[in-house]
Amino acid sequence: MATQQLKQDILRLLRRNARLPDAEIADRLAVDVAEITAAIAQMEADRELLGYSAVIADGALPDGEVSAIIEVEVQPERDGGFDRIAENLSRFPEVLSVYLVSGRYDLRLAVVGHSLQDVAHFVASKLASQPGVRATATHFMLKTYKEAGIQFHEGEDYERLKVVP
Amino acid sequence: MSDSKLSRNWVADHIARLPRSGIRDFFELVNTMDDVISLGIGEPDFATPWHVREATIYALQKGFTSYTSNLGYMPLRRSVCRYVAERFGATYDPATECIITVGVSEALDIALRSVLNPGDEVVYHEPCYVSYAPSIAMAHAKPVAVVTKEETQFALDPAAVEAAITPKTKVMLLNFPNNPTGAGLTADDKARLAEIAIRHDLLVITDEIYEDMTYGERSPTIASLPGMKERTLFLNGMSKAHAMTGYRIGYACGPQALIEAMMKVHQYSMLCASSIAQAAAIEALENGDRARDEMHREYEQRRNVIVKRLNELGLPCLLPRGAFYVFPRISGTGLTSDAFARRLLKEQRVAVVPGTAFGACGEGYVRCAYATGLDDIEEAMRRIGRFLATLG
Ligand SMILES: Cc1ncc(COP(=O)(O)O)c(C=O)c1O
Repeated sequence: MATQQLKQDILRLLRRNARLPDAEIADRLAVDVAEITAAIAQMEADRELLGYSAVIADGALPDGEVSAIIEVEVQPERDGGFDRIAENLSRFPEVLSVYLVSGRYDLRLAVVGHSLQDVAHFVASKLASQPGVRATATHFMLKTYKEAGIQFHEGEDYERLKVVP
Repeated sequence: MSDSKLSRNWVADHIARLPRSGIRDFFELVNTMDDVISLGIGEPDFATPWHVREATIYALQKGFTSYTSNLGYMPLRRSVCRYVAERFGATYDPATECIITVGVSEALDIALRSVLNPGDEVVYHEPCYVSYAPSIAMAHAKPVAVVTKEETQFALDPAAVEAAITPKTKVMLLNFPNNPTGAGLTADDKARLAEIAIRHDLLVITDEIYEDMTYGERSPTIASLPGMKERTLFLNGMSKAHAMTGYRIGYACGPQALIEAMMKVHQYSMLCASSIAQAAAIEALENGDRARDEMHREYEQRRNVIVKRLNELGLPCLLPRGAFYVFPRISGTGLTSDAFARRLLKEQRVAVVPGTAFGACGEGYVRCAYATGLDDIEEAMRRIGRFLATLG
């Protein structure tokens, strides 16, 4: 069984780069590679490690893909609060993320579609009509500057001296 | 000196006597070459954390651009003393027992100049940071080196220190974790060195610039041991653990009379450290733990990789206890440190620093810094592998 510390070290590395080979993780943490592979398998089985996704530059996927952040105000239910409706909304494949948040509204969704109309249609016919949804506000995304800890613009590049004692 | 343009030898004797760094040409050669992977850089490859840079900009916008108190801006001295108490276990009064300097470099220089009379001796250890012996000589004192050895993990043997002490010895100068070996001091070593310092009535100057970069167990500074505060100058700075080399902020903490003496030298030679850099240092000390720890984790992982690779390549190398240097033994190749570094640079474009830069006893070793991204480290290791293969 992997220790809690080892699991956390692995998760920190994978959060930064999900493609890091097990062998490199092993070398970085000075642990046997078999132990890393086993720990990752165990975390996947325990649903501590739920999946791996890529951070993709704007425009790298085929034309016409648009995304939006949608703020949703919800009437919580007597039993279950926000869970039932949030889980329901999570089922739609066009919904990329769902967060329950504090503040002016309750759920924050990220949604993708092929076009503005596509997203608008989703909001009107699927989202706003859900029982319990009181109001929505849709913000189309124009440009990504940073996602999942990764900056989309080139970083600054200052060259250090090559030898410093 | 052969400079025929000088009508007279203007250079002071003690400066003329300073050895010209034998690796200067080597550095200059490296700096003219392209596509070199450098493991020769003794500074973080991380840019200063953004919150610190942002605080610098804010200080500029506010117009915080005047001289500060000679001892340093009081809010920074308070931050330093809090940080030193929490992280290093020694308590100092920010009003009288702390001075802000232009890097540990200046702290070391003014400490030595403040306490040494001509002819006094300073016991220190080699291999060590390049400026120690020259700084001692510039203070008109005599450097007395105790050699640390690979067989004993480059640890400082208290008995060897004691054997080097003479009636003229005034100062014991320590740097652990060590540049270039990565060696550390255990709590037990510190206690034994403290006991020697007290018995021989020596002042300890402890350069703990890498102490925040200790891997694994840490122990309180030697300055915090019983009877030591009154005979210890504790030096540290922002350069390494906070990735702020260009800011040039360091500090010294110690007994009021010594800080007062250092303040005189500092006041007449430096006046004060840069005000905006002092403002930035406050931000780093007050809100920089998270960024510091993240960089530290990364260094630790690179250390694990580079130590494993070098040992696999047949260049034996100890696991450093701190800092971001490894000091592999290359004598098995039959080359001197200097020849190894030159040929590796020319043939495979990897820069390492010959061990002799850190004292004659560094012969047979080279210093590789892992303050470089892991991809570059891996590529450098492949190139070193190819280089070793050509040696047969
Ligand atoms: C042991 C040691 N002391 C002091 C310094 C100088 O540090 P600063 O940037 O604070 O002047 C260095 C820099 O490499 C070092 O390695």
